Amino acid sequence: MAAAPVNRLLTVWRARRIPLSWLLLTRQPMRLAVALAGIAFAGILMFMQLGFRDGLFEASVTVHKLFDADVVLLSPRTMSSIGMASFPRRRLIQTLGDADVAGISPVNWNLLLWRNPDARTTRSILTLGFEPDDPIFLDQAIRNQAPLLQNRGWVLFDERSRPEFGPIASWLKQGRTVETEVSGQRIRVAGLVSLGPSFGADGNMITSRETYFRLMPTTPAGSIELGLLRLRPGADPEAVARRLQRQLPNDVRVLTKDEFEELEKTYWRTSTAIGFIFTLGAAMGFVVGCVIVYQILYSDVSDHLPEYATLMAMGYRLSGLLGVVAREGLLLAVLGYVPAYVAGQGLYALVRSGTRLPVVMDPQRALLVFAMILVMCMASAALAMRKLADADPAEIF
Amino acid sequence: MAIAAASAIASASPSSAAICTEGLCHWFGRGQARRQVLQEVNLAIMPGEVVLLTGPSGCGKTTLLTLVGALRQVQQGSVRLFGNELHGADRGQRQQLRRRIGMIFQGHNLLRCLSAEQNVQMGADLLSDLAYRVRRDQSREWLRAVGLGDHLSKLPHDLSGGQKQRVAIARALAAQPDLLLADEPTAALDSRSGREVVELLRRLAREQGCAVLMVTHDPRILDVADRLLRMEDGRLFVDQVPAPLGSVSQAALTADG
Repeated sequence: MAAAPVNRLLTVWRARRIPLSWLLLTRQPMRLAVALAGIAFAGILMFMQLGFRDGLFEASVTVHKLFDADVVLLSPRTMSSIGMASFPRRRLIQTLGDADVAGISPVNWNLLLWRNPDARTTRSILTLGFEPDDPIFLDQAIRNQAPLLQNRGWVLFDERSRPEFGPIASWLKQGRTVETEVSGQRIRVAGLVSLGPSFGADGNMITSRETYFRLMPTTPAGSIELGLLRLRPGADPEAVARRLQRQLPNDVRVLTKDEFEELEKTYWRTSTAIGFIFTLGAAMGFVVGCVIVYQILYSDVSDHLPEYATLMAMGYRLSGLLGVVAREGLLLAVLGYVPAYVAGQGLYALVRSGTRLPVVMDPQRALLVFAMILVMCMASAALAMRKLADADPAEIF
Repeated sequence: MAIAAASAIASASPSSAAICTEGLCHWFGRGQARRQVLQEVNLAIMPGEVVLLTGPSGCGKTTLLTLVGALRQVQQGSVRLFGNELHGADRGQRQQLRRRIGMIFQGHNLLRCLSAEQNVQMGADLLSDLAYRVRRDQSREWLRAVGLGDHLSKLPHDLSGGQKQRVAIARALAAQPDLLLADEPTAALDSRSGREVVELLRRLAREQGCAVLMVTHDPRILDVADRLLRMEDGRLFVDQVPAPLGSVSQAALTADG
């Protein structure tokens, strides 16, 4: 039984013909090089644009991902991390009435003005205030340093914040005591954490709620911007969120952690032109690639028109010759994708080190770009095929 | 006169003929510009027969070749290829029939990106029931038969005109055709290599039992023909073999019949 597919393969192998598409391409190395450069360029453009787009969206939820929570409470007026509205802390305490809720933590969240201790300039920094006793962070480095925040006026600084905030990390590593002002109040940098800048925030800092209220003296004591809920093992966050939403008044909004991240991404996707701009950029790459591949294949078919006509006169089917052009397109797609992928990897690494955006080659995007290159090459091949109709075997005598 | 001569040719034995045309007429252009290029052409060629067709340029020789070669749609009259009627045959049927016809062109028409061996194999590849290796070996065999055994992997670019034409012949024969159509195969060659090419063609065609219809202007090769036809203004006449060009007589026409 196992011999059947082997035999079939053998039959296909024995019936193989001269690889005309491959020879047409490779016997004109200059043209092939130009074609591959064009396709690779288009591919790289698509990789970069889509990478930036996804990276920016991904970066917008770096902080969201930190929280060890299953369900969150937000103000219904909150649309994104750069405009966190407050709601009464009472609502968070009310959720303890639900049997599935194991623990709660209040979080204050706002953008404050940070003074660069070196250059004396100010810049907006995302500030999180929490109770240092609450284990709300998944990140071990934050957990370890959380007790430091018991000291009034001490903060943890995100070392991956943009350099405009000052050489905080290097000063701290040199053993210097780093002090500066936030919202006009003196603070001390007690330690470093590694989060990364996002769209809305160039830098992040974490502090206790007590310090937070000192920095934001006008904030009413009972108001918070985010409520974190940890559920008992086995509880379904989705169901709990729906249930709590029904029970609580409509001055709060209950979301699962995934929905919370999605809310943020949706904000950047829909209320900014980012998605549009980068998708347009990728589309441009696609169009440029189409034009290049079409030009190459069209001139290839035109140059070989008498030869195609000869093959038709010899008795080759038109469909067979269309197949030759189609295989040329396929080969170009595969050969052009490889350098695009390799260059994409390299450029992503460059972007990561240059902008600290989480731009990585995820398999889904790698596949998407390959599919786009494939469509690009095959569509161009299909257009170039129309030229084959001009090959009239009656004209070659 | 022409009609009488042509019917005499056709009466040979049309059922077993490789080509048999009856009352074949063809026009080019439309409306006012419509011009008749073939008039009542009757022609029969038997397997193994070598027929040369001469005539001034523009007289319709090439048109006849393309019609007989199933490259063009038949407008009026009948063309039977190996017993298959071409009048009314669609694209697919004509393409299938073309697989049984070898064609040799004035300008060799080799594929520039393929080596001599691969070019010949493009012909052999039409024989889809043979294994790749067999087809390749056959292609090499054919190239040796035309005296190019040492040039298997050369590109057309690196071959001389005569060598290219010999590759083209090998390619046409590699498809094991029942009919060979050649349009001035010696036009681009000097007299010695032209002679060689034609004699090779005749010998190989004989061995294969393949009918040959060759259009030529070259007076030096007329003696390889079994039969010599002459075309003038779309009409077909019979010449004697070997005969000086331009002397078509009533006697020659009836003598052949």
